[in-house]
Amino acid sequence: MPGSLRDVVFVDGVRTPFGKAGEKGLYAQTRADDLVVKCIRELLRRHPQLPPDRVDEVAVAATTQIGDQGLTIGRMAALLSGLPASVPGFAIDRMCAGAMTAVTTTASGIASGAYDVVIAGGVEHMGHHPMGEGVDPNPRIVAERLVDTSALVMGATAENVHDRFPEITKERCDAYAVTSQARLAAAYAEGRIQRDLVPVATRHQEKGWGLAVADEPPRPGTTLGDLATLKTPFRPHGRVTAGNAAGLNDGATACLLASGEAAAELGLPVRMRLVGYAFAGVDPAVMGIGPVPATEKALARAGLTIDDIGLFEVNEAFAVQVLAFLDHFGIKDDDERVNPDGGAIAIGHPLASSGVRLMTQLARHFETHPEVRYGLTTMCIGIGMGGTVIWENPHHPDYGKERPAA
Amino acid sequence: MSTTIETPTGTPAAAPGVPGEVVTQALVRDVVLPGGAGVLALITLDNGRDHTRPTTFGPTGLRNLDAALTAVTERARAGGIAAIGVTGKPFFLSAGFDLTVPAAITTREAALEGGRAGHAIFRKLADAGIPSFVFVNGAALGGGLEIALHATYRTVSSGVPAIALPEVMLGLIPGWGGTFLLPNLIGPAKALEIIVANPLANGRVITGPQAFAAGIADAIFEPADYLEQSLLWAADVLTGRTTVTRPVIDRSEETWEAALAGAKKAVDAKLGGAAPAPYRALDLVRAARTADRDAGFAAEDDALADLILSPEFRSGLYSFNLVNKRAKRPAGAPDKSLARPVTTVGVVGAGLMASQLALLFARRLQVPVVLTDLDAERVAKGVGYVHAEVDKLLGKGRVSPDTASRLKALVTGSTDKTAFAGADLVIEAVFERMDVKKQVLAEVEAVVGDECILMTNTSSLSVTEMAAELKHPERVVGFHFFNPVAVMPLVEVIRGHQTSDVALATAFATGRTLKKTCVLVRDAPAFVVNRLLTRFMGEILRAVDEGTRPDIADTALTSLGFPMTPFTLLHLVGPAVALHTGETLHAAFPERFGASAFLARLVEARLPGVWSLTPEGRPYLSDEVKALLPRDGTPLTGEKVRQRALAAVAEEVGIMLAEGLVAGPEDIDLCMIMGAGWPFHLGGITPYLDRAGISEQVVGHRFLPA
Repeated sequence: MPGSLRDVVFVDGVRTPFGKAGEKGLYAQTRADDLVVKCIRELLRRHPQLPPDRVDEVAVAATTQIGDQGLTIGRMAALLSGLPASVPGFAIDRMCAGAMTAVTTTASGIASGAYDVVIAGGVEHMGHHPMGEGVDPNPRIVAERLVDTSALVMGATAENVHDRFPEITKERCDAYAVTSQARLAAAYAEGRIQRDLVPVATRHQEKGWGLAVADEPPRPGTTLGDLATLKTPFRPHGRVTAGNAAGLNDGATACLLASGEAAAELGLPVRMRLVGYAFAGVDPAVMGIGPVPATEKALARAGLTIDDIGLFEVNEAFAVQVLAFLDHFGIKDDDERVNPDGGAIAIGHPLASSGVRLMTQLARHFETHPEVRYGLTTMCIGIGMGGTVIWENPHHPDYGKERPAA
Repeated sequence: MSTTIETPTGTPAAAPGVPGEVVTQALVRDVVLPGGAGVLALITLDNGRDHTRPTTFGPTGLRNLDAALTAVTERARAGGIAAIGVTGKPFFLSAGFDLTVPAAITTREAALEGGRAGHAIFRKLADAGIPSFVFVNGAALGGGLEIALHATYRTVSSGVPAIALPEVMLGLIPGWGGTFLLPNLIGPAKALEIIVANPLANGRVITGPQAFAAGIADAIFEPADYLEQSLLWAADVLTGRTTVTRPVIDRSEETWEAALAGAKKAVDAKLGGAAPAPYRALDLVRAARTADRDAGFAAEDDALADLILSPEFRSGLYSFNLVNKRAKRPAGAPDKSLARPVTTVGVVGAGLMASQLALLFARRLQVPVVLTDLDAERVAKGVGYVHAEVDKLLGKGRVSPDTASRLKALVTGSTDKTAFAGADLVIEAVFERMDVKKQVLAEVEAVVGDECILMTNTSSLSVTEMAAELKHPERVVGFHFFNPVAVMPLVEVIRGHQTSDVALATAFATGRTLKKTCVLVRDAPAFVVNRLLTRFMGEILRAVDEGTRPDIADTALTSLGFPMTPFTLLHLVGPAVALHTGETLHAAFPERFGASAFLARLVEARLPGVWSLTPEGRPYLSDEVKALLPRDGTPLTGEKVRQRALAAVAEEVGIMLAEGLVAGPEDIDLCMIMGAGWPFHLGGITPYLDRAGISEQVVGHRFLPA
């Protein structure tokens, strides 16, 4: 292995349209591993200059790794995708940040010289595998009060975040949700989202085969009035509703990462460069604030400040956690730099897959904003964590040059 | 944001279809094609079962499809959709029509209706006014392939294992457009291969990639995302981003007649005009060159109507059911749970037959096989044969290098029978003489465990007698293979008088693992196949002994379409073997099995057979054979030989059944089809004997219910 670290670049990312979990959802009779296979094959199809046997690893995340999300899904999906048997693969889990962790882990391998090219992504079929399927919490958690019981119910932790920051009102959250829906609708209307998607044939025994070409969860035209009357299922007279949170969804994502040298050698496009990343833990009862310490840590290690970041993709598990993040860094609720094409509230959040969706969207924003040098993707994570990855824009005139001093 | 719009599914008709019909639904769903290509109405054929039940068309299923096609045609006319698509549930597009449907047809009118209905429904794919696509995602057989041929475009998955038009094998023709559309798509030569040659070659099928290479499909995609890629391709075709070009078919009469002549020659060689269906198929393909669609379809209706009512089809269907159903559940076999596991096999003898057996057992059972013989040289030859055959398989890519290593290691040899000590099953294939076989079995019994099953591959000797002096005669069972072992599917399983259910169950289980068709036969000389063939051959030889010219005697039954003439079979088996079997049967049943002087002289002169072949393959009588013919006699006409031979067969079948040799006439037919290659259109033999009135004449009753 070489002594110095190498550049890690994001070549491309794709995802399946996301569906609503459950029997009536788009992917009710589609296997989770098949969703991953479509993504991997699309990446290879888009970059025919990449010989398949040059892929050094396929890392696929899933929270619940059984059934059609089990059997070391990264390896199985690689074989099912038609990659040669010589390409290894593995499965990885950090709940919501599964795909993000697949990226950071394999990126570390690229940086240290173990890999040249990898495929990293994630899948969650919450219809087949609801959150908490097969879990067996250790009784000490309750006995020693290690973690508040509310911490195991994501919506309850969102209510806890409201408690901590009373200035984040339900009204602010609903307004944020309306914006997310409207921005996604505009992105679809202007043809921006479609590029990210790979169509998926959807089997159904009673309906016949269909073709998924667009996300199922979005509710374009959502108004404040629509959201105002929704129930608050996590607390009576609470603030968190189905309308200002991401739903339960099915979907998969995958991206191609490479060393800078390998990308140049193989003629692969460079859409982002990985600058740094960090994960941090917080009190699980308020998991939604995870992105804050993760971002502080990542910025510090990268020698950057929040002012250096010109574009943000923040996962919208709950509007309240996004706003907590924005408040902390003094960013306005409707800032154009944040989730310009909408987020998980509108698109959906199939747990382990979302991290790469954020990256794919950020890469697109970089293309239309060459004036922005750095961007970040960040997400809150179940059982109290946050994850943040900082990226550099290759279209920026100063790309690759010395960074500002820490 | 909706990705698919639900439209009403094909509604099942109120009137009942065939009882027991597994109804195929025609589910319609709209697909919004990318790139502004518009909406494609996708019909999925699904019978609601998993892959163990292929999708077929029964009357209700056809009505469902009709309703769906009618509905999408209306939407097309109204400008609501850009294209129609048809595909299947996983692994199947469609396996064609439900065979119980034509089986139930008894009038010409009903048959014509069936043909017309299929045409009327399928052609809606061509007459909708907008392009249609069939996405061949899985097996497409018969009507399943024909529906694809009616569409404007076709894609195929590279994972499809079976595409075929097998109708001719059963005694029908592809009557829902296949004979007209296929040659006009890919030319007469390739079409005839699929319509005529493949069905007659034991129902050979082609794969997705082969179908694409032949020009049946316009595009091919891998199974992992086959439907997505097919739909994207369809979108490109509709928007003009992709243009579909097909090779121009040579429509000259010369080319078509040449292809037809070649096909006819092959059919004649196989059947000699004995069955109508392939010839009818040839006529239809000829007409397809110049006919228009309506005339072509009408001609298919006529042909279908004639053939559905033909006795050859009834026999074909009967044969098909025997081979696909009865073969898998042998009549009279004891409970499967009685079978003992077989983890080591012994083979006594290392001659050609024994070596073939060793290879088969090693390949299919994947257990150690030990060959023994009288001396080291014979043993080495036997094991050497097996290794050479494995190398041939490796060379053809039929086994991997690792598997070849494994197979070679599995088969070993010894001159010492104690090598059988741990065997669960030992089969003997030594010289066909009772004293030799009895001695061998006794020697084997002395070294094997008490539970070891002993099998004999004898073709004519009594299993009961062979076992009689053993300590445990109940462990002996007959297990008679046919030559060549790798190819012939039949094994006659012989129950000696003392054979236990355990031995029998183990034999059947082993046969199943060997992928053979096992038929239970009682212990009588020459069992089923050789006894009937010898009786048959006996009449031909008797005719020659009586002064009939060999060519007249040998061709007397050509019109029945047996796979080869009696004397060709004699040459294949070898006159010495035939004589030996004949003598055994003559000793057992002297009134019916004569001793042919001509055959005896042939064997004494060590001649290989009756016919010699010219360099071009034409048979002629050599001077040596001529010298052995009788000087005088009263020659018979071919017709008389035929009558005698068939009457003899009928008589023998009647006696075999009366003796309880097998469970019923179906087993006789199954044996003759699988062990002697007797044709589907005869139903083996008893359906033919029944319909020609011979059974009634000779035995006094039909063999099978009318």
